[in-house]
Amino acid sequence: METVRVQSDLFDMGAELNAFAAAMAKKNAGAVVSFSGLTRDIATGDLDAMEIEHYPGMTEKALAKIRDEAIERFKLSDAMILHRHGRMEPGEPIMMVVTAARHRADAFQGAEFLMDYLKSRAPFWKKEITAQGAKWVAARDEDEDALSRW
Amino acid sequence: MKRDLRYFAWLRERIGTGHESIETEAATVADLIEELRQRDEAYAFAFSDTAAIRAALDQDLVELDTPLGDAREVAFFPPMTGG
Repeated sequence: METVRVQSDLFDMGAELNAFAAAMAKKNAGAVVSFSGLTRDIATGDLDAMEIEHYPGMTEKALAKIRDEAIERFKLSDAMILHRHGRMEPGEPIMMVVTAARHRADAFQGAEFLMDYLKSRAPFWKKEITAQGAKWVAARDEDEDALSRW
Repeated sequence: MKRDLRYFAWLRERIGTGHESIETEAATVADLIEELRQRDEAYAFAFSDTAAIRAALDQDLVELDTPLGDAREVAFFPPMTGG
């Protein structure tokens, strides 16, 4: 199982979660937590599609670093990050993180840590495509501020 | 020194290319930004708001006052919006 994946293809959230959980049974992990982000209509309500640009090479490097740090800090049995790039339709999954730990608090915290860092430290840029044209999604101050709690 | 520059998202669009190789004597990331800003209107527009610029040296995120050192690849991009 690849624990950091960056791909344009649609993925099956259920199948990914099952495969991860099955591998965790062998590691004596009692808790598995997953988070999935879906393409949603952020601003205007007329989103045709979302396009995500990334920085090949740096993306994988940044995600691996974030994953390693989460595993160490929260004593995770394992963690997986899957993130798409390219064009996606409303309602499609953009990304998912899954964590496993002996106990649920670490698994939940590990997943939150992964999400907070992934939002503002992994080189992805979202662009919304609507009938009125294309617009880059602006970074939110809250996302940067979220890092200070760790 | 020869450096490979990479641009992403609206920086790439404003500059009109995602990649170029240049010769530069700039000492830090900020110096290089200033040098690029002097080039023409497109660069000046792309780099007009330094607070909105992030940079990476050889694919590691750095602060803008970081020396370029022996980095081969220098990337510029807006704040990231993943997740």
